[in-house]
Amino acid sequence: MRQSPKLRFCVQTHSLQDLQQPAVSSKVFIQRDYSSGTICKFQTKFPSELESRLDKQQFEETILALNNLYAEAEKLGGKSYLEGCLACLTAYTIFLCMETHYEKVLKKIARYIKDQNEKVYAPRGLLLTDPIERGLRVVEITIFEDRSIGSGR
Amino acid sequence: MHLGVSESMRECEYSQISTRSSTPMETPYKKKTPKKKKWESFPGRNKFYCDGRIMMAKQTGVFYLTLVLILVTCGLFFTFDCPFLALQLTPVIPVIGGVLFMFVMGTLLRTSFTDPGVLPRATPDEAADLERQIDVANGSTGYRPPPRTKEVVINGQTVKLKYCFTCKIFRPPRASHCSLCDNCVERFDHHCPWVGNCVGRRNYRFFYMFILSLSFLTIFIFAFVITHIILRSHQSGFLNALKDSPASVLEVVVCFFSVWSIVGLSGFHTYLISSNQTTNEDIKGSWSSKRGKDNYNPYSHGNIFTNCCAALCGPLPPSLIDRRGFIQSDAPQLAPPTNGITMYGATQSQQSHMCDQDQCIQSTKFVLQAAATPLLQQQSSEPVILTASPENGGTLPGRTSLTLGGPCTSLPLGQPTPPTSTPSLSCHEATDMLPIHAHSHNHSHPLQEPVAHHHFLTPEEVPSPPGMLPCGSPLGHSHTMQAGFYNPASQDSLHEDSVRGLVKLSSV
Repeated sequence: MRQSPKLRFCVQTHSLQDLQQPAVSSKVFIQRDYSSGTICKFQTKFPSELESRLDKQQFEETILALNNLYAEAEKLGGKSYLEGCLACLTAYTIFLCMETHYEKVLKKIARYIKDQNEKVYAPRGLLLTDPIERGLRVVEITIFEDRSIGSGR
Repeated sequence: MHLGVSESMRECEYSQISTRSSTPMETPYKKKTPKKKKWESFPGRNKFYCDGRIMMAKQTGVFYLTLVLILVTCGLFFTFDCPFLALQLTPVIPVIGGVLFMFVMGTLLRTSFTDPGVLPRATPDEAADLERQIDVANGSTGYRPPPRTKEVVINGQTVKLKYCFTCKIFRPPRASHCSLCDNCVERFDHHCPWVGNCVGRRNYRFFYMFILSLSFLTIFIFAFVITHIILRSHQSGFLNALKDSPASVLEVVVCFFSVWSIVGLSGFHTYLISSNQTTNEDIKGSWSSKRGKDNYNPYSHGNIFTNCCAALCGPLPPSLIDRRGFIQSDAPQLAPPTNGITMYGATQSQQSHMCDQDQCIQSTKFVLQAAATPLLQQQSSEPVILTASPENGGTLPGRTSLTLGGPCTSLPLGQPTPPTSTPSLSCHEATDMLPIHAHSHNHSHPLQEPVAHHHFLTPEEVPSPPGMLPCGSPLGHSHTMQAGFYNPASQDSLHEDSVRGLVKLSSV
């Protein structure tokens, strides 16, 4: 009844199991870029492991789009100040029934990642993981071993 | 109407059938752990209530003291002083008092119950990747790992990122590991026992509003209680006034002693907010100009107004630990707790290699040893064994793997402690850690662990188990800090500790 360790490892990794399930060959982690403070921003340096699968431009486009979305979430401005002041006036009880701006953007990011996975990454045997699942520390890109199944993009 | 009922019934049947049909398919391994939420196997030392909605530190005694002090003082004020003041002066007084009180309670509970910004520990894959990067950066195969730091330039200022051996990550700038909660916390300010939680990125604004409103409330109550006494003493003399409302005397005493520290603390935090610093950074003097001519705070937005707005009204970041999310029965997130505990024993790597099916005899020896070691050390060690044994006995099919897991992990906890620390400390440590560990062993695959483990065992890890640090006095720490200055792994946690001591002193 027990699965072999390898198979188990493969199943546990991701929720997007219905794509294709060849063995995970490796994972690439895109680290955070702290050059402009603690706002959430990822490095756009193209990892060499992906060279055979993905072109540089495509990769940079994804990361830049993600960075822009996070910048939108953490932007300081009239709208966020208004939200903050309103919350403060209600002794922060309003957050019990209201979604913060950040959470709304996070949903947008989740949609964007799903979309990118379907359109770009899955056909190339890759899988993006939403950074929020990794504590906004890294963008995890899983590289699957067998790409013959998915090559007919 | 009728249709609706039958439909719901059918749905019910449906789900029943589906669960029944799925159970035989599942392995006994999975059956033992139905659906667990992530907070139930959270690796840090935290308490969770309301199905993971509320998160607090492990020690909450002082928090209840705070709560009782506020509630009693306000209760006395509203029952004994307010009726008189409302009649004699104006009914606005109880209204303002009530609003302030509600605000204080709201912000206090918010501070105590929210996630302060805990960073989840690295997944085994991520940790392994970091480890590879470190190896590459250091050439190769150093017996003794070099100090693990990474330098980044933030807004023109070089900042050192330290590697956290517990969380297996390079701590992001401004993050720090709280040794009481055993978590890395983003924009760590300090661990506040009064609110029973760490104060970090996600609850700093609540904390600030709490101390600010509390200082207003204390001044308000203090002022009006004195007014009350003065008005009464005009009517019937000072001594009679005190006799008529003895509660007022108690309130005056409580307010008099607390007002200084609270007002001082809110003043201090106002200064911190306006310069966008954390208590941690301020006490370390990270950005003070004494360190160098061109040392400046890279996080500051430039002017006081923007700093205040950003800290108090900026966007509220989301919680990074998905406490109420379900664990997929063998999710990779489960391995970090085992990793975290690994570092308490240097012998772990060998032992986890022995955790193999054919090493049964070896492991029974471990069981005996594990049972014996705590007993030799100290009499109150029963909980250690008790917590371990029902876990093992309860699972029939997975027994072999579990018994293997149990002793392997409980042993290193017991073994290395005698030389390094006092027995009471070690026992405390063991009882603290073991239940968590036993849980995690239910899920994680025994074969997978050795791979994840043996990478991270380094001599440096052993001297800095975070749980052992808080036992000294703050003074002692500031002394040892100087002595152990060049030990990068322990320096940080020591420093945090002395910082905490200072904060405690300043707030008492």
